[in-house]
Parts: sequence; structure tokens; C-alpha cells
Amino acid sequence: MESILIAKKEITNFFKWDVRFIKDKIFTGFIILFSLITISPIVLIISKLISMGYKQLNFSFFIETAPNTYQAMLAKEAGNIIPGGILNGITGTIFMVFLASLMAIPIGILIGIFLYENGTKRYAKIVKDITDILQGVPSIVLGLISYFWVVKYITNGFSALAGSFALFIMMLPLIIRSTEETFKMIPVSIKEAGFALGVPYHKIIFRILIPSGLSGLITGILLSISRVIGETAPLMLTALGSMAVNLDIEKPTSAIPLLIWEFYNDPNMVDLIWASSLLLMILVLGLNLISKMIISKRNL
Amino acid sequence: MISGEKITKIILFLASLIVILIASGMVFSLMQGALPAFNEFGLKFIISTDWNPTEGKESYGALPFIVGTIATSIIALLICLPLAFSTSLFIGEIFRGTKLASFIGMMVDMLAGIPSIVYGLWGFYVLRPWIVAMGFNEQGYGVFTAGLILAIMVIPYATSISVEMIKMVQNDLKEAAYSLGATRKDVIFNVILPNARSGIFTSYILAFGRAVGETMAVTMLIGNSNIIPKSLFDTGNTMASLIANQFGEADGLKLSSLVAIALLLFVMTGFINGLGKMLIKKI
Amino acid sequence: MSEINVQIKDAVLEIKNVSVAYNKGIYAVTNVSAAIRRNKVTAIMGPSGCGKSTLLRALNRMHDLYPNIITEGQILLNEVDITKMSTIMLRRKIGMVFQRPNPFPTMSIADNVIAGYKLNGISLHKSEKEEIIEKSLRDVALWKEVKDSLSQKGTFLSGGQQQRLCIARALAFQPEVILLDEPTSALDPISTKKIEELLTELKEKYSIILVTHNMSQAARISDYSMFMYLGELVEYGKTKEMFINPKDQRTDEYLTGKFS
Repeated sequence: MESILIAKKEITNFFKWDVRFIKDKIFTGFIILFSLITISPIVLIISKLISMGYKQLNFSFFIETAPNTYQAMLAKEAGNIIPGGILNGITGTIFMVFLASLMAIPIGILIGIFLYENGTKRYAKIVKDITDILQGVPSIVLGLISYFWVVKYITNGFSALAGSFALFIMMLPLIIRSTEETFKMIPVSIKEAGFALGVPYHKIIFRILIPSGLSGLITGILLSISRVIGETAPLMLTALGSMAVNLDIEKPTSAIPLLIWEFYNDPNMVDLIWASSLLLMILVLGLNLISKMIISKRNL
Repeated sequence: MISGEKITKIILFLASLIVILIASGMVFSLMQGALPAFNEFGLKFIISTDWNPTEGKESYGALPFIVGTIATSIIALLICLPLAFSTSLFIGEIFRGTKLASFIGMMVDMLAGIPSIVYGLWGFYVLRPWIVAMGFNEQGYGVFTAGLILAIMVIPYATSISVEMIKMVQNDLKEAAYSLGATRKDVIFNVILPNARSGIFTSYILAFGRAVGETMAVTMLIGNSNIIPKSLFDTGNTMASLIANQFGEADGLKLSSLVAIALLLFVMTGFINGLGKMLIKKI
Repeated sequence: MSEINVQIKDAVLEIKNVSVAYNKGIYAVTNVSAAIRRNKVTAIMGPSGCGKSTLLRALNRMHDLYPNIITEGQILLNEVDITKMSTIMLRRKIGMVFQRPNPFPTMSIADNVIAGYKLNGISLHKSEKEEIIEKSLRDVALWKEVKDSLSQKGTFLSGGQQQRLCIARALAFQPEVILLDEPTSALDPISTKKIEELLTELKEKYSIILVTHNMSQAARISDYSMFMYLGELVEYGKTKEMFINPKDQRTDEYLTGKFS
């Protein structure tokens, strides 16, 4: 491995009494040290989650709803594992992410195509800049907006729809960006070949460009999902949370991060935070992994 | 009859309007919601340190939170700087192209994927005891702790952009330097940095912008006291964390004050990110 | 001045005072007039940047894709103005093959051949489909090589085979004219030879217009040649005559390699 050779070379060179070499060695040493420090949190966090959470991860964790604080207290006092699971959180997360995707994917792809087709015009540049602004808005502000728009005007109360809307706004810029980038990478001659065969514009988009760029589009979607799955702040202002499994779009809904926050704030239920976080991490990392696999498959 | 092509173009155009609608709607709603607070307190709101919700004597001000936000983000930036810098050199130059570099790169990507609340939990249960053990602060909360966790959270953003900038420095410049006998350190400081300088600088601006907007991890570690922190280990509060905490039973003037703070936050992040994007375009 | 007057009885394409501009005022092709003969191979040659590809792409209205390109003048296909035809009709009658082979990457070989039909929503009976696929692939001498892998994607084929697949795709429409834009410049010599032979066979049924930067290719396979320089049509005539006895000095200089 190249880096081993580099390391070997550095060790042999070390024994040359040359100040510049020593300075260089020290410098490189610091770089390596700091890089290791940089990645240490990920190792520490994951090991902490696994060590504290694996006990709680059993089958019922996935199919039962969260216990109430009294049950939890009893279990703790008896030294047992807290009963129940996070089903309400799991279903809530899936439900809201699904709704958000339903809105974000078609709109995001269309806008991405718009930017791809009109990239140089002034209006398109403005749209692109606004998309970038949206991407930078803190998630709590988006939650606030969704509160005003959905909770107050549409569902008259905290709801899954409000939560999904906030997530939708978060996903949108990411999907727009990745769609535009994906399409830009498709060779122009593919588009021209379709054109030369007399294929109408919308068919060129849907039957030539989108299939050619499918892996890029899917990657963008998966990454944006992994981004919003762990969001807590906007959901606190919109979906609120719920003890039960809820699939009603107009009612408050739980989500995995929301449950984690509830557990964290309740001394009786605190032990549940580790397993829940572990599950969340597995989902996020899993999605990232799948995206990377899709990208590398495509590059073969 | 309108051609199929025209219809498609119209649909695409309408889709693009959605983004504009959302963004402008956002600005409008924030301003609308913040109006009562500004009407009541005027622009003094921005520099007032009050936070008094008692009925009849309500008075709110944003200053402690603005200070808290900026303080934690600056601390985050300072801690992040050497770490992100080293890591980006590791991946982008010294071990560039090796499996080791992709491994480290992958780990950094994973750092970016960890949800804010998980960082908060870890910070609360692991970092905080360290801070307490080192005697910095009795409970472990505070501006420094929050800044520390923020640093870890924004390192991936600073690193990935910096890596791109470093890789963009042309090979022949580097080879020329090496052939003249320069050590790696020399090449880095004399060739790579001068060329990648503005890009790397921009990456830190963007990282700063991210830190400013973070909510959960900060709210779990900063101590949530509505005063201006006087020293590194004092507790305090940030704009985002305040909104998350106090939103629950807020209404009327208090809610409006929170929205006003959200508006300030929006403007701040918009400005910082806009600055960053502008600088990147100049490269 | 590039008004070459050719009074031909049976011209498949008539190009009348065609100019093409990229952005106002920057003309890539200036005032070209010519009549293309049916069932012959007509080569368009000239140094880089002379406008030959631009002219070619005007013939099937390719420039419609790019709003900043303006085409002036008139082009008649079988005496019908091409801007007055429906584009699908136009592109059924005039097919195009590009410089880099570009089979659709997500479609199988079979689907690539009939892509013109599929993408235009023209439904074919299974038997019709198979007939067209086989015939088109046979016409490009690719049938034997791919008949057992018709359902696979075409990306495993060599460059030359991919290019022949693209020609088959154009042939599937049974066009009258086939436009080829430097079709062999990205291919190795053997594939190039195969395609040149193919084009010589195809002219019995189709009219072929071939842009090439390779003089010897033009000399080998074309019946008529156009020489373009700086956007103008300098000379147009029987290939043999032009090569042996060029009428314009610029043609002479190009052919003797003074510039390329």
C-alpha cells in the first residue's frame, strides 16, 4: 500500500540530521494525529450506541409502541429492561418521510430538469440561487414556517402533514441539485440521437434522459431521505409526537427522533435513547451505504 | 393546438415557480409573525437583554441569543479549523488516492450523517463528564461544550470542500516544487495553500453558517440560560435552541418575539451562506 | 461566393441560400446553395471550423434544439420545404448518425434498433418488429454478430459495432437520406473500413451525405464532394473531377495539404 511505503520512507529519512526533514516529519505527524482525532468521534459514538443499546434491541422493540412513563419506572425499579418499543416512532418516521418524498421527488426532479434545460438564462440562475438559499435555512425555521402554514391554516393543529411539509422543504433543494448534476453528466449526443429520431421533447426527458440518469436520481433521493430522517427540531413544532401509531395525516404523529427527545427528557425512559439512536444510525448509514453502492456500480 | 413541447416547457416553468413561492412565502410569514414584537419593542429588540415572560411586564430581547449563537459558532470554527485542515490535507494531498485516504474520507462522510440529536446525546453523556472531570465547569454545560460538539458536526462540511479545492491545484506546479527539493510541508505551504486558499477559506464560512443554524445538539449542551455568557464556560443560549425550547407554550408577544428571532436567524444564515457561495463563484 | 448552380433533374435535397448563425452576427455557414443527388454518396469536406457539421445539422433541423442558433434560407426535401413538414415526418425521412456512437445506454440492442418507433409511440406487431430489427441489422452486417444477444444492452459492443448499431437505428425508419457526421473519426481503421464498405452498399437504396475531415475517405467512397471553407461552399462537383482538377484555388490548396 502506498501509504505504508510513504510511512517507511519517512522512518528511514528520519535518521538524517536535517532540520527541514525533521520539521516536515513533525508536520506530517501532526496532520496524521489531527486526522485521527477528527474521525475518533464517529468511532466513539457508534461504539457507545452499540454498547448501551444492544440490550434493548429485541423483536418487540420494533412492533410495540412506547411504554408510558409509569410502566418504565416500574421496570427500572425491578431492574428489568423497559418494555415496549418504538413502533409509533418507526411508523411515524416512515409515514412522514414517505409523504415528504411524495411531494419532493416529482417537484424536485421537474425543477432539476428545468435548471438543466435553461441553465444559462437569468431566470434559471435566480431559481438556482433561491434553491441554494432554501438549502441553507436552519431546520428549526422551516419547522416554524410549517407551523404557520400547515398547523394553523390547514390542519388546525399539530399533524403529520405539517411534519411532512417541513421535511419536504428540506428535501427539495437536495433533489433539485442532484437531478441537475445527474442530467449534466449525460452525454449530449444521447439527447441529440433522440432528437434526430424525431422524438418529442417530453419523451426525450422521460424515456431517454431519466432512464439514463436513473442511478444518479435515486442516489440523490436516498441521500435526501437520509438527511431528513434524523431531524428533530422541525418536527417538534409540527408533528409534536404521539403515544400511539398514527396514520392520519391530520393528527399529531411520532417519529424516531421525537421519541428519542421524549425519552431523553423523562428520567424513567432514558435508557431507551440508546437503542433508538442505534436504530436511527443504522437507517441513516444504511441509506448512505446503498447510495455509495449505486454510485460505484454505475461507474463500472 | 399547443404542441407537446410547449406544454412540457410550461409545466417545467410552473414547477420552478414553486421554489420561488416557498422562499418568498417564508420571508413574508416570518416578517408577518415578527411584526408585533418589532412594533412593541422597536429595533431595540435586537440589542435588548430582557427575557421576561411575566404577564403585564412582558419584555423580550434578542441580544443574549445573538451573542450565544455567534460565540458558539466561533468556538466551533476555531476548534474545527486545525482538525478539518489537517484532515483535508491528509485526504487531498499527503495520502491522496490511497485506500487509507478513502477510508478516512468515508469516516468523515459518516460524521456528516449523524443526526443532531444523536450528537446531543453523546455530547451530554460522554463529553459533558469529560468537561466536568477536567474541572472546567461544574455541570459541564456551557458555550464551550456546545461549541465543541458543533465543531465535530461541521468538520465534515469544511473538510469535503477543502479537499476539492486542494485536489484542484495542478500537478505540474507541485511537481516543479518537488523537483527543486522541496519537502512536503514546503509544497503544502508554498504551492497548494496559496492556490487553494480562497476555496478553503470559503469552506470555513459555509461551516460557520451550518453551525449557526444547529439546534438539537446545542440545546442539550448549552445550559439554556437566557443571559449573555461572560466567559468560555458560562452557560447561555442560542437563537435556534431558544426557539426549540420556548416554542411550546409561547403565544402572543412571546411567540412573536420567537418569530422575530427566527427572522434574524434566517437573515444571518442567508447572509453567511450567500457570502460563501459568492466567494466560491469567484474561484 | 458560393452559388454553385446545379440544375439536376432528380435532387433529393435542395439547399437554397442557407446560412446558419450562432448568436446574432456570427455566421458559421454563409449562403450555401447546392442540390444533393439521389442514391449517391455526397461528401462534405473542409478544414476544422469550416461549417460542414453545421450545414449537415441544418438538413434535419437539428438546430431547433438550440434556441440561439438561427437558420436562414430554404431546404427542400423532395421539393417540400422542411420547415413546413412535421418534424416526425422529417426525421423519418432523414436519419442521422453521429460522430461518437451513441446507442441508448438503458435499452437493449433490439430496442435500440426500433427506438425511433418506440419513442414515438408507434406500435408495431411483434412480427413487424422482428422483421425490422433483423433487416436493419442485416443491412449493416451486424445481424450475425448480435442475433443471439438482442436483449442485452449494447454497451458491450465494440466502437465499430456500436456505430453500425446506430446506423441500423437510423435505417429502421427506412429513410430516404442518411446524414453522417464524421462517423468513423472515433473508430479504429478496421471498423472504419467496414463502415465505408457499408456506406457504399447502402447508397443503392439511400442517399448519403457524409461529413468527413478525412480527404482520403471522401476520395474513396464519395461520388460527389462539397468543399467548404470558412462557412462558404467553395466547390461542389464529381469527386473524381474535383480531386484531379479542382476549379478553385482554395480547393487545390486544401487537397494538397496546404491547410487542414
